[in-house]
Order: sequence, then C-alpha cells, then structure tokens
Amino acid sequence: MKQLKTNNVMLHTLVRIVSFVVLAFSIYLFFAGHNNPGGGFIGGLMTAAAFVLLYLSFNMKTLKKALPFNFDLLIGGGLLIAFLTGVTSMLFGFPFLTQFFEYVQIPFMGEVELTTALPFDLGVYLVVLGAALTIILTIAEDDK
Amino acid sequence: MNNLVILPVLIPFFTGALLILFSKKQRIQKIISSISSFVILAVAIYLAVYVYQNGITVLEVGDWPAPFGIVLVADMFANIMVILSAIVGVVCLFFTFQTISPKREKYYFYPFYFFLLTGVNGAFLTGDLFNLFVFFEVMLIASYVLIVHGGTKYQLRESFKYVIINVFSSMLFLVAVAYIYSITGTLNMAHLSERVAELEQAGALNVVAVLFFIVFAIKGALFPLYFWLPRSYYGPPAAIAALFGGLLTKVGVYAIIRTFTLIFYHDAGFTHKGIITAIAGFTMLLGVLGAVSQFNFKRILSYHIISQVGYMVMGLGVYTTLAVAGAIYYIVHHIIVKSALFLFAGATEKITGTNDLKQMGGLLKTHPYLAWMFFITALSLAGIPPLSGFFSKFPIILSSFQEEQYVIGGVALLVGLLTLLSMMKIFSYVFWGKQKHTEEQAKYPAGKLLLPIVPLVALTIILGLAAEPIFSYSLMAAEQIMDPTHYIDSVLKE
Amino acid sequence: MEILISIIIGVLFTVGTYMLLMRSLLRVVIGTMFLSHGAHLLLLTMAGLQRGGPPLLGFDAEAYADPLPQAMVLTAIVISFGVTSLILVLAYRTYKVHKTDDLNQLRGSKDE
Repeated sequence: MKQLKTNNVMLHTLVRIVSFVVLAFSIYLFFAGHNNPGGGFIGGLMTAAAFVLLYLSFNMKTLKKALPFNFDLLIGGGLLIAFLTGVTSMLFGFPFLTQFFEYVQIPFMGEVELTTALPFDLGVYLVVLGAALTIILTIAEDDK
Repeated sequence: MNNLVILPVLIPFFTGALLILFSKKQRIQKIISSISSFVILAVAIYLAVYVYQNGITVLEVGDWPAPFGIVLVADMFANIMVILSAIVGVVCLFFTFQTISPKREKYYFYPFYFFLLTGVNGAFLTGDLFNLFVFFEVMLIASYVLIVHGGTKYQLRESFKYVIINVFSSMLFLVAVAYIYSITGTLNMAHLSERVAELEQAGALNVVAVLFFIVFAIKGALFPLYFWLPRSYYGPPAAIAALFGGLLTKVGVYAIIRTFTLIFYHDAGFTHKGIITAIAGFTMLLGVLGAVSQFNFKRILSYHIISQVGYMVMGLGVYTTLAVAGAIYYIVHHIIVKSALFLFAGATEKITGTNDLKQMGGLLKTHPYLAWMFFITALSLAGIPPLSGFFSKFPIILSSFQEEQYVIGGVALLVGLLTLLSMMKIFSYVFWGKQKHTEEQAKYPAGKLLLPIVPLVALTIILGLAAEPIFSYSLMAAEQIMDPTHYIDSVLKE
Repeated sequence: MEILISIIIGVLFTVGTYMLLMRSLLRVVIGTMFLSHGAHLLLLTMAGLQRGGPPLLGFDAEAYADPLPQAMVLTAIVISFGVTSLILVLAYRTYKVHKTDDLNQLRGSKDE
C-alpha cells in the first residue's frame, strides 16, 4: 500500500482517546459476563478492535512497540489458563468444568461474586485477542 | 460420573496449548509431543479396559444432568476408535520426526497435530449432536491448517477446495441440527433416540436422517461426494496424508454408524437397506475403479480409501449384528493398514524422490525390507488370509449373502479382486523391474523410516492371526450399539 | 414472523449458493459467509421465535426464551468467525502465490 503523505492529526488525536475508551469498555464487558451480556469472547474482540484501530491510524511499527510480545504466546497461555480452570475441579473429584462460586466481601467494593468462570473467561479472552490480532496483522504485515 | 472419559480429549488439548509456547524450540517440542502421544495411548487403553469391566461410562461435564448438559459417553465402539486414533497418532508423529523439514516444524506443526487429535477423540466420545459439530469443527480447522502446512503451490490450490467443501458440509450439519431440534426439542443423542422412537421415524424425520447422512458422507468421502478426496490428500507430506487417510474420513464413518444405529434405526428398510447399501456399492466400485486407473502411488491409495469406506458403510447397510461387527473390525483394519500404506508411499518418495509409478522400479533389490513389508500390507488390504483384511471382509460379505442381498455381496467380492490388482500393480512397478533410481538413492538408509511403520505391519498380522479374540470384542461392541437401550440407560440413568 | 424469517433464510441460501458457484476466490468466500449466516438464522428460527425475556439472572419476566438455541448459535457464530478468517487468509495466500483469483485457472493440470 502506498503511504499517502497527508497530515492526519485529527485521526491520530481522536484514535488516542477513542482507543482508550474502547479498551476500558472491553474490560467492563469482560467482567460483566457470566450473569449479564458480555464475557471473554466479546471483550477479547473489542480489545483486538482497539489495537487494530491503533494500527490503522499509526502503523505496524508503532503497534509492535506498544505491544512488544508475540501474540502466539497469548493464544497458548489463554488455552492453558482455560484448561487449568477446568481441570481444577477434576482434582477435587468433581466432573470436568464444574463451576464454583462464592460471595466475598472485598474492602471498598462491597460484596463481590467470585466464580471459577472468571479465569476460564480470562483464558477465552486471551485466546480471542491473540487469534484475532494474529489473523488481522498477518494480512496487514504482508502489505508492505 | 467419571473424569476418565474426558482424558483422551484433554491430554492432546493440553499438549497442543503447551506446544504453542515452545514453538521455536524444536527439541522440547519433540520430547513433549512424543511423551504425550504415548500417554494418550496408555489412557485410551486403560479407558477401554475400564469400559470393558464396568460397562458404558458417562461423564456429565460441569455436573449438569444428562439431557440438559453436555455428556461424554465411552462405549466399546467409541473406545476402539479412540485407541486407534492414539495408535495412528503415535506412529505418524514418529514418522514426522524422520521426514519433516525444520522449516515446517517451526510453524506450529505439532500444536495443530494435537488439536486434530483433540477434535477426533472428542468426536468419538461425545454424546451430544451439537457437540459432535463442535468437535468436528475443531478437527476440521486443525486439518485445514495441516493440509496447507508448508504452503506449496499445489497445496494452496487444492486446500482451498477442501476447505470450501468442508465449510459447506458443516453448514449443512447446522441445518440438520436445526431441523432435528425443531422436531424433537433435544440434541442429546440418548434423549434423541427416545424421542425419535416415540415419534415413529417417518416423513420429516427421514428427510433429516438423509440430511445427516449427506453431511457425514461428505466428511467420509462417500459416492457421489468423494471428489474432493484424492486431490487434496495428495498435497500434504506423507505423515499428514497417513493421518488424514487413516483417521479423518473414518470420523465421518463413525458418525454415520453412530447416528444410524442409535437414532435413525426405525426405518431400516428405507435408510439402511435402501439408501446406505446402494451408496456403499457405488462408493466401493467407483473408488476402486479410480484406483485401478491411476499411476501415482499416493493417488491410488487415496482412491482405495474411498472404496474401503464403502465396505464399512455396507456393513451398516446390511444391518445385522454380524455385519456391523464386521464393519467395526474393518475400521480397525483399515485405519492401521491405510496409515501404513501412506507411510510406505512417504518412505519410497523420500528414497526415490517421486510418486509416479512409472519412474520407480527395482526397489526390491536395494530396499528388501521395505518391499516385503509393503507386500504384506498390500495383501492385507486386498483381503488375503490370514491377514486382517480377510477377517474384516468375510463377516460383511457373509452376512450380506445371509440377508439375501446378493448384488452388494457380489460387488464387494469384485471390488476385493480389483483391490488386489491395483496393489499388485504398485508392487510390480515400484519394487520389481529395472532399477530406475540412482546409486546414491539406493544407499539411502531406510531403517529409520521403517521403524515407525513396523508396529502397524505387526498389528495387521496380529489382527489376522489372533482374529478370534479381537473379532469377539468387535462383536460385543456391535451388540452394544445394535441395542440402543444400553446407551440410553447409561446416559439418562433411568 | 417465522414465515418472514424463513423467506430471508431462503434468500440468504440462494445468494450464498450463487456466490459459491462463481469463479472468483473472494466471491466464493463471501458465499460461504452467506450460507453460514443462513444456517445460523435457521437454527434460531427452527427452535421457535419466542417472546420471553432473556434467560439472564438480572431480568424478571413472565416467561423466558429457550437459551439453548441461543447458546448454540453463539457457538456456531464463533466457529464460523474462526473458519471465515482462516479461509480469508488462505484465499489471500492462494491469490498471492498463483497470481490469479480465477478458479478456472486454479483447476490444475492433469498430470500432477
């Protein structure tokens, strides 16, 4: 792709703000899951969208600088986290993927529901983020 | 509840995830993957022993009770398949170590190899139609990556067609699932079996049954939907071709046998004796004719897959306990022998650098062990006693005559003859005749290549010589699947 | 409502099939997308379109919709997302290597 030599200050400034809004919303979505709309998949996609936005307005080099690690590690790590969450219940003699939850009082936050679905969702989040970024950026990198 | 059932799915999944993290360190990858493949085999055998002693074992995932949650069911038939996938998994892995180029190794070959095994084992063990779809997809996505792995021109071109045809069949699978859910309101296979029995399979249910048959027929390469197979199995390296040729189409066959013995067995006159038998006949005949007309090692083997899938489905079509037992035995025999033959093709390709029969010759002199091992396997494929091929064809053809279905029995006999012909064609072209490869190639040490194939050849001999205990085991498995109440009772616990 | 959606599904399948039979790689990929959309919509419709509330803990309603087809559709959509992106990459690579997106030229010669 030919780099157009236009001055896109507007885009850069906006993307700097918007991408953080998107990132924040993606984290909200991630935690909202389980009992409400949201969850790891949607959160992961949204985070990936924020990074793709960064790539679109800046370039590959800047993005790589901001995220200086290999996305494949995200996929592998995510799969492992999801797997280990499922296996934990096997160690206590329950069937694979049995859910446990507990209401806990955390200072400043009041009563919070802690479930084993959360680390599982974290795994999903990482896998989706890694996979989406890998796929999109593979094609993007090819363009130069 | 027993967590043992899910281990054959979980271990390859865990291995695959772990291997992604070590994608750049080939030594560690090899060590982890070889240990893990043996662990899977051990677990599969242990599970088989457990099921043999305790009957059908069920796991309700996440502790949700049966018709609502996801279940994994290990009965004897599923268990045989899991053991076979584990055996082929070990053998192909070690053959891969010998043949794969380091460049391919770095691009996540091993992780996808294990994800493929995850999907295959999951498809064998699941007791839920939608989950079958999911595991099919896991398997297929891994197979898309493996079939195009390396990215040669030929591979890219043919893989695209392979992917599109499979995406299309997955879409049909979803449509079939949608229809059966709207008719019965459940997707748990045991529950489905009950509901379909209540509704008396007719009309709309028959249409859905045929739709499912079409879906699995595309995956299992049955007539007239086999056209994608020979070209796409030709592209990838031999180890992958062996894994695909041995295992993947058989997942489709397994799904056909499972659904048509557990769910859609009420109108056997129409579905089994009518459609399935006719299609089995055409599949056998056209597959073997394709093989006879080819002069390329891998292509011939690919066409033989098609013709032999026909035998298995014919066993289901005849639909007696003996015939289904024969079909199960045939699957066992076929997975072992076909993987071995593909590995032989890979070994000769590695030695001579070609797949074309006309450019090979005289390998018998320079590589006698390779030649005679191939000879044994080829005879086994053609069904010469006392090798496993004979004992798997015999009960199928016998019961087709007992059921007075002479046409299909005759076709099966003829196809056996043509199989022998084309296998002997390979033997005479590749191993007899004038030596066409260079002296340097003649000195190629084949021992390392042969080592992974030896257990498969040994297995086909053992399966033949010790046919009695193994056949009685598959007879028990057949009795178990021919009477769906066993399955239903152990899943729904009534 | 079911009839209306059935017609839409029919249109999706028709368009998908038509696209699948075209010669351009990209159009074939788009065809598979249409087909899978049709299948997803069919799965949702065949389970019965209900007027109940969402089956979530936060909502109080007289009746709840059947959550199973929704869960299945979600899974199917996720899968088709993965597969579609994989096909796109594959189609792109094929195009790069073969320098053509015409399937007629991707037929391959006989003696390979």
